[in-house]
Amino acid sequence: MAFENTIDVEHPIHDIRSEAIKNFESKGFPSKKDEAWKYTSLNSLLKVDFSIFPKEENTLEYSQVKKYFLHEIDTYKIVFIDGIYSSYLSETTHDGVDICLMSSALTKPMYQEVMDTYFNKVASKEESLTTLNTAFSREGAYIYIPKSKMPKKPVEIIHFATGNEASLLLQPRNLIVVEENAELQVIERHQSLTQNEVFTNSVTEIFADKNAIVDYYKVQNNNAAASMIDNTYISQKDTSNVSVHTFSFGGKLTRNNLNFYQNGEHINSTMKGVTILGDKQHVDHHTLVHHKQPNCESHQDYKGIYGENSTGVFNGKIIVDKIAQKTNAFQQNNNVLISDKATINTKPQLEIFADDVKCSHGCTIGQLDEDALFYLQTRGIPKKEARALLMYAFANNVLQSVRIPELKKRINKLIAMKLGVRLGFEL
Amino acid sequence: MLKIKDLHAKVEDKEILKGINLELKAGEVHAIMGPNGSGKSTLASVIAGKEEFEITKGGVFFENEDLEDTAPEERAHKGIFLSFQYPVEIPGVSVTNFMKTAINESRKARGMEEMPANEMLKLIREKSEMLDIDRKFLSRSLNEGFSGGEKKRNEIFQMAMLEPKLAILDETDSGLDIDALRIVANGVNKLSSKDNAVLVITHYQRLLEYIVPDFVHVLHDGKIVKSGDKALALELEEKGYDWLKQESAV
Repeated sequence: MAFENTIDVEHPIHDIRSEAIKNFESKGFPSKKDEAWKYTSLNSLLKVDFSIFPKEENTLEYSQVKKYFLHEIDTYKIVFIDGIYSSYLSETTHDGVDICLMSSALTKPMYQEVMDTYFNKVASKEESLTTLNTAFSREGAYIYIPKSKMPKKPVEIIHFATGNEASLLLQPRNLIVVEENAELQVIERHQSLTQNEVFTNSVTEIFADKNAIVDYYKVQNNNAAASMIDNTYISQKDTSNVSVHTFSFGGKLTRNNLNFYQNGEHINSTMKGVTILGDKQHVDHHTLVHHKQPNCESHQDYKGIYGENSTGVFNGKIIVDKIAQKTNAFQQNNNVLISDKATINTKPQLEIFADDVKCSHGCTIGQLDEDALFYLQTRGIPKKEARALLMYAFANNVLQSVRIPELKKRINKLIAMKLGVRLGFEL
Repeated sequence: MLKIKDLHAKVEDKEILKGINLELKAGEVHAIMGPNGSGKSTLASVIAGKEEFEITKGGVFFENEDLEDTAPEERAHKGIFLSFQYPVEIPGVSVTNFMKTAINESRKARGMEEMPANEMLKLIREKSEMLDIDRKFLSRSLNEGFSGGEKKRNEIFQMAMLEPKLAILDETDSGLDIDALRIVANGVNKLSSKDNAVLVITHYQRLLEYIVPDFVHVLHDGKIVKSGDKALALELEEKGYDWLKQESAV
């Protein structure tokens, strides 16, 4: 891939990019020799000759893609087609808050102060895929919520891939800044519309200032030719509350690197996930919570259901610094294997340097409970539906904390679809 | 209605039922009593079709049809209901939604349309009132966080909703205080008619004071060792099960 030809040396973040390129060149793509990539191989992706930027702008009619939006409610929309912003499908705003584009933020002077303060400040300068994104990404969502503001409605960030390129590499870059006492809800989705290969290497930086509340929902229900590396970095200040829900049902290979840094006290960080896979799908959740100050909490709850030849990884790292006394860190990862050929690798990684902390972690791998299945069957519910009902029940408590009811309904529908059943009622 | 002929069943390599013969006619209430480990719950599970148990000899016949290759859900559609000793918790699925699914699956199997929503609500209201069940209870997740008594009452509520031809109550009295026991028993009595049959499985005769059986059978070591009328239950209560063990050993 010849990245160098596409770079703009006059760009204000040219220095950041140059450094990122240097770092990427020294590291290269991660391989299975790297401990963090032991169970996820990028080999099959790296063989593909991806185009980095589409040759021409593609358009889509709303009716073609309506179903991918949370159209039951009114939302702000930042929509990209093959990595290029679609003003036609989007609804942005500058009314008290900025919900717009990274490309504007990178070039327009009015955003410079925010960019100087936040851009690339929490994203890793070492991790190779993040540096690759930093070096070459041009576009993405820019959301700035000033002090004590709350946008009128949730924000949807949606990426469509039209398949007009045989294989496409997308590198979206999002920056989200939520100032003191402000609130934000975001739903992010990536959707490929054909079976042509798409590889997304996305980086999102989220800054939650004092007392800010951010709910971020990732809907990963892409088709079988789409792969995705999601690098999300979150920096939180005192008494802020950030949650990230990741719903992984689709895609060929998905890697979620979710990193929380607690830079203050009385912070609450929540990571929840439901993963339901079949076929040869692969999903890898790597979470990190770095407790850097006292009196904070983190909650992790990931449920996985693995069928057919699918493979899953959960690696949950918790670091508690020496000064981070009175930390409460909880981690749960429960998995059900519904096929003999499915695999899950789950690993908690705790590095605790403080002595007055509560940290708990638990991981389970099991099969569906035969007694429970029998119970449902004796009520006249056929085996297939009974299994689905049990799987739904298994994943359910992750859905409890979804604060947008229409989204919760949508996720329930996706779960029912993924499980291949009609349960006779709206879950 | 139900005929059990020389039924032998095993789990893994352990034979648990060793030749059971039993017949229930419509309108009858039978009780099966016996010490722990005699095979009572296994018998209930085998009638309901649990796959874990393998029938090695004999069989279970319902309305003259051999149930051997009939899945548990198909048995339910034919009108067999098993009230569980340990009902399963299903978080995220309300009692109401669960009943809707169960009823409509049965109707689908019988070639009927789904029950209209207003009819369903009416039925739910009627049956929950009969069993003195609070409306709030119906929107809770099935069995999740229910007390022992609530779980059993919920089992009988499901039975009332599904209106089975044959109801098997497996240790429905265990864990119930006297008030809950009375409500549950009343519910069962209201549901039993000349067209259906009830098989009560219990360790103690306490429940039989409220659900009065026409026949009592004593199960010991996988066989029915004695049958009689309700007086047998009282006799067992008085003497315990030891005398049976001695008798069968002779």
